[in-house]
Amino acid sequence: MPVTQIDDRKVWQRRDRAQQLRIWLGWLVGVALFMVCWEYISRQTIWIFVWDAPQQAFDMARRMSNPPWGYFDRILWPMWDTINMATLGTLIGVVIATPLAFLAAWNTTPSRFVLRPLALGIIVTSRSINSLIWALLLVLILGPGLMAGIIAIALRSIGFVGKLLYEAIEEIDENQVEAIRATGAAPTQVLSYGVWPQILPAFAGISVYRWDINIREATILGLVGAGGIGVQLSASVNSLAWGQVSVIFIAILLTVVVSEWVSAKVRHAII
Amino acid sequence: MLQIEGLTMRYPTGDLALDNVDLTVERGQVIALIGPSGAGKSTLIRCVNRLVEPTAGSIRLGDIDIVRMGRTSLRRTRRRLGMIFQEYALVERLSVMENVLSGRLGYVGFWRSYLRRYPQSDIDEAFRLLERVGLDHMVDKRADALSGGQRQRVGIARALMQNPDILLVDEPTASLDPKTSRQIMRLITGLCRERGLGAIINIHDVPLAMQFVERIVGLRAGEIVYDGPPSGLDDAHLTEIYGEEDWSGTRAADREEEADAAKADAALKVAARVDLPEMKKVAAS
Amino acid sequence: MSIAAAAPQAAPRQWRKPPFIRDPRLRYAIYVGALIYLVIGIGSVNFNWDRMVAGLDRGIAFVAAFLAPDFTTRWTDISKGLLESLTMTLIATVFGVILSIPVALGAARNLAPWPIYAVCRSIIAVSRAFQEVVIAIVFVAMFGFGPFAGAMTLAFATIGFLGKLLAEDIEDIDRDQVEAIRATGSSWFQLLNYAIQPQVAPRFIGLCVYRLDINFRESAVIGIVGAGGIGATLNTALGRYEYDSAAAILLSIIVIVFIAEYSSGFIRRRFL
Repeated sequence: MPVTQIDDRKVWQRRDRAQQLRIWLGWLVGVALFMVCWEYISRQTIWIFVWDAPQQAFDMARRMSNPPWGYFDRILWPMWDTINMATLGTLIGVVIATPLAFLAAWNTTPSRFVLRPLALGIIVTSRSINSLIWALLLVLILGPGLMAGIIAIALRSIGFVGKLLYEAIEEIDENQVEAIRATGAAPTQVLSYGVWPQILPAFAGISVYRWDINIREATILGLVGAGGIGVQLSASVNSLAWGQVSVIFIAILLTVVVSEWVSAKVRHAII
Repeated sequence: MLQIEGLTMRYPTGDLALDNVDLTVERGQVIALIGPSGAGKSTLIRCVNRLVEPTAGSIRLGDIDIVRMGRTSLRRTRRRLGMIFQEYALVERLSVMENVLSGRLGYVGFWRSYLRRYPQSDIDEAFRLLERVGLDHMVDKRADALSGGQRQRVGIARALMQNPDILLVDEPTASLDPKTSRQIMRLITGLCRERGLGAIINIHDVPLAMQFVERIVGLRAGEIVYDGPPSGLDDAHLTEIYGEEDWSGTRAADREEEADAAKADAALKVAARVDLPEMKKVAAS
Repeated sequence: MSIAAAAPQAAPRQWRKPPFIRDPRLRYAIYVGALIYLVIGIGSVNFNWDRMVAGLDRGIAFVAAFLAPDFTTRWTDISKGLLESLTMTLIATVFGVILSIPVALGAARNLAPWPIYAVCRSIIAVSRAFQEVVIAIVFVAMFGFGPFAGAMTLAFATIGFLGKLLAEDIEDIDRDQVEAIRATGSSWFQLLNYAIQPQVAPRFIGLCVYRLDINFRESAVIGIVGAGGIGATLNTALGRYEYDSAAAILLSIIVIVFIAEYSSGFIRRRFL
């Protein structure tokens, strides 16, 4: 009770004593936890390198500041590969994720106790493992190259698209579905007339959004050998060719800006 | 008290919202500002506390000019100008008490306001005001849990918490039902009388304005076209303010409506919109 | 068709669902363009089938390892990596949140004058354009190997993520409430505290919890380029072809992500 009576004067406080105490305690625990973590990290850190960082950054900036523009021609092809990887990976991912989402949504799943948990399990597994880790595994199995990258992107996209899509399916208006069912439609017709039109905007939006993210992800898959611009980035970093690195950074930045613009346009057009 | 001279406001889009407006509010005088939407009513009162920067003219509160004021002194002056909003403009996620106390922000320092440790005299005043507007039992309710009328009462308490010299009131009843509208107007005008406050009340409900205030100012396209007592406001003036409309026809239609309504449900009539001619009779008598 | 049969005297009226893109030329151009892109795109993926066949037993070995993960042999490495990842996550989120608030205030069009707006928006754009791993490469070069570089990487990425979303929230707030508080004669900081904070705080806290979750996932990856955490352990295990340990690491990541996601969902539902 924040209002108390003291000598026939009403006193107001924002919180009562117990609440205030709990909040202080919460802060205390939080700060203590932070200190412990900080202590742990700082024990693993060679501070000389950290204090040296401004020097390093300055040095790096100097080397990056004069990019060899001729290198640009040599990364056009890898950049094309990167975009391909993202696009094809997204396509495969979306194609697999769509039926999976219908299996995972409680209102469209044909079997609540077998297929639904299975579909949810696939979605969660795909989501928890980053595409770079998928690429790491796939490069071991398929060998280095674009294929590993495409499948890695696809595997990660399944979880992302699947989750958002099944949530969208679960939020549809059941009345519309019921109305279609009442016309005597078969289950597949109910899906195509009652459910699909309702989630179509979400479906398109999610797919384009994931494509946009995948462009970013595809730029790094080359670091573990899965093709694309990351291969060049890795080589340039390892040979300390910071000038080339800055050319690659600029190329990535441009591509990302363009893809973000395209994705925003498409989503805007749909909604 | 408040002297507005040659006030002109042109929006960056080129629209002239106010055109050379002169208006003087005496101490303790309550003015109703009427006019169609877009006539510049809102712009006028927002110029007074400079939520909107006027293009030209002067606004004098006592002997200081608000228009030519720096930021620090503007802050000091704003607390003398209490403002009440149409959509209440309470901070929805703060409690009633926090909303009322926010009226003291111009007086207390940042840390005091951040920790919600206001001087006890402010707390006392807040309780007094909440009792006066009839909300002392809802101190710790969150603002978004209140009804429209209750929210507007909190808004009134917040404005008075500033201990203002003048109230600027922007369409206080536009979002309320007719009965609550009357209660709120009675509360505002009553409080002005008790505390000797001047007020400018923007209002589009002409009969309501005529019922509660002694001076009416009509604004049209940024210019004052009527300034006088409610009894002097006739059909010709209304036409000038709002444009051509068959006011007498409206009157006849309203009478018929009234008759039907009386037959159908006498109780409903109390809450029903009180029409223009009836109000005129009240004002004239 | 049955309607046409029932009323033979009327001229048969045709109906077709109008296509999504009205202009037929544009429509077919898009179809053909997409087809050409697919052919060229798929064509440019040159795939080595022999290599895949050779790698197949590795794949099988890996799946087998997943069924029998080995937590014990490398347990000290695994637990150290996980602990490092978790601490990195926490430190990075705290720093990121603290720094993202001023950036977001600067990047909100309704609060900041435009030079500040431009600066804050470009910080956000740079932080969002580069994948965490790319930033990690630069930070590892600056700060040296280890979790410190990782924590800084994640903190930087957090600034972009939270800064953008918070700035958008601030731009969307109810302007009446801001105007009302300004009309009381409040100072700028009082305005923040009374008019803006109450409107944006609940969603912001939710976003912070969500970002904590994302930071953990990312911490598993940036180790691959030397920024500490469980990713480094995973990379070592795969480099030594110790699939059973790698499977154990992946399973622990999945479990922790699962727990984090559920508890963050729970926190957001329970408190907000």
